[in-house]
Amino acid sequence: MAGSTGAIWVIAETNADGSLAKSSAEVATLARNLAEEAGVSAAGIVVAADPAAAAKELAGYVGRVVAVTEPAAAGNAWSVVAAQRAAAVLADAAPTAVLTGAGPDGRDVAGTLGALLERPILVNATAIDWEHGPSVAMSVFGGKLNTTSAFGEGEWGIVTVRPNVVTAEAAPSAGTVEQATPAGDLTLPAVKVVEHVQEAAAALPIEEARTIVAGGRGVGGEEGFALVREIAAALGGAVGATRAAVDSGWIPYAQQIGQTGKIVKPQLYLALGISGAIQHKVGMQTAGTIIGVNRDPDAPIAEFAGLVVVGDLFEVGKALLSELKARG
Amino acid sequence: MPIRIVVLTKPVPDPAAAAERLGPDGRLDRAASPAVINGNDEYTLEAALKLTDALGGEVTLLAMAPAGGLDTMRKGLAMGAHRGVLVTDPALAGSDQWSTMQVLAAALKTLEYDLVLAGFDTSDGVGGVVGAGLAALLKLPLMSSAAKIEPDVDAGTVRVRRISPTGFDVLEAPMPALIVGTQLLGEPRYPSLKGIMAARSKEVLTRSLADLRLDPATVGGAATRTKVTGSTKPPARGATQVVRGTPDEGAQAIVELLASRRLI
Repeated sequence: MAGSTGAIWVIAETNADGSLAKSSAEVATLARNLAEEAGVSAAGIVVAADPAAAAKELAGYVGRVVAVTEPAAAGNAWSVVAAQRAAAVLADAAPTAVLTGAGPDGRDVAGTLGALLERPILVNATAIDWEHGPSVAMSVFGGKLNTTSAFGEGEWGIVTVRPNVVTAEAAPSAGTVEQATPAGDLTLPAVKVVEHVQEAAAALPIEEARTIVAGGRGVGGEEGFALVREIAAALGGAVGATRAAVDSGWIPYAQQIGQTGKIVKPQLYLALGISGAIQHKVGMQTAGTIIGVNRDPDAPIAEFAGLVVVGDLFEVGKALLSELKARG
Repeated sequence: MPIRIVVLTKPVPDPAAAAERLGPDGRLDRAASPAVINGNDEYTLEAALKLTDALGGEVTLLAMAPAGGLDTMRKGLAMGAHRGVLVTDPALAGSDQWSTMQVLAAALKTLEYDLVLAGFDTSDGVGGVVGAGLAALLKLPLMSSAAKIEPDVDAGTVRVRRISPTGFDVLEAPMPALIVGTQLLGEPRYPSLKGIMAARSKEVLTRSLADLRLDPATVGGAATRTKVTGSTKPPARGATQVVRGTPDEGAQAIVELLASRRLI
């Protein structure tokens, strides 16, 4: 985007305790790296009832943070409130680009912001380079094709970024935090949160995990997932699952990987009793190292795993646990 | 009290056919790729059909697609949707997310509804931003990541269970509202033979850009604000090592690989 001098902005998400979401630290790192290439600055926005903690953390990654204290961000669905306040900040900022996460909240922010500021959107970036503007790499058609896209001539736009495509890395020196009081009414309808229901102890989110141990139909039941969890714990990883395992009620939907679940990119993916059907493959095929343990040597996972151990997943799994324990 | 629901159903290349490719213009070669209803849109359609089964009312399918999108829409009608609206116009080929939102918003302005349902994302582009954009353009409450939809038609409100990392939040908003649904809404039904027969005579309205009073200079392929600058096949993965042996040998092979790649 020739001539653009505004910052590359990130709109940050917070955790339930008010801290900065890990995915937002990653997106902020990407924004800073991109800004360096583009010769512009990197900046961030936090919108929350109490943005102080996340804003301070975010300033560890970008040079300037605008912290918007918005009471309505508590008690209402966050994304639309945040997008409206972010839009007000960005309207006068002439940004070079705006980045959000590609998770449920990030995509809601991006879509809302695109509509409010009348800006184009590129989605689900697996990488962003700078070539006279952001050059956005995406994986489309279930990973069958990698594309790069750009905004039109003279346009700035919004990009949603997948988790785990960059490693969060603090800047050499911390940036500044500016407090902003929201001006004007929220014009989009609010959506009340009438109840928070806690169903399970917070599992390590699979989108953020460097190691995932996943179970499929072959795990056979809830009891089987106990072994999957044990192996995941031994490897310091998260537990994932196929749709068949989720549909059977063995594990919550939040843990589902694949076409109608989450798309993950861990360094290690250990698949136990997973055949590797296309619907699952699209969610994990970009993992660094893929290992399958499966009774069926002809299962599709053998076409894209680095290692397939043919055998009973419980026997191999237990042997693996003792090997890992023996190594300490 | 009956409820009127519009379900967005995008025809996408059938992921199982694995025939997707781009033409020389960087656009999907649709002739090479048989289309199906986007998988995530079938969950929201199922939720809509359950609601009209229980409450009475009407489910309208809305898609923006080439003329062949009519065939894809028939499957949704066979599942039980009451009618369809297909926005189709040669000028729409190559539309970006921005144009898609404008066109669907214009089409929705011609319809009456209590709820608009959109799928979590589409299997071709995996964006998941159009639903949120439409809600903002139409000033509708946005309720996303829905696992359960409970309208109270008399009160004119709707409650939605929104998945959270540790459980769910219960959201409430006045209708009309826009809901982005997930797989947790329930397994889509298969069309019955009776449904397939009935689908043939159901009404599908087609709408051009002119019908929607939209200018091809401002939306569609000519007005695209993003461009595909390159595409490559993902690099092939390395050869697969297959280990058959005792469980201990299998476990050792795993540990050796992890150690060699410094993963443990």
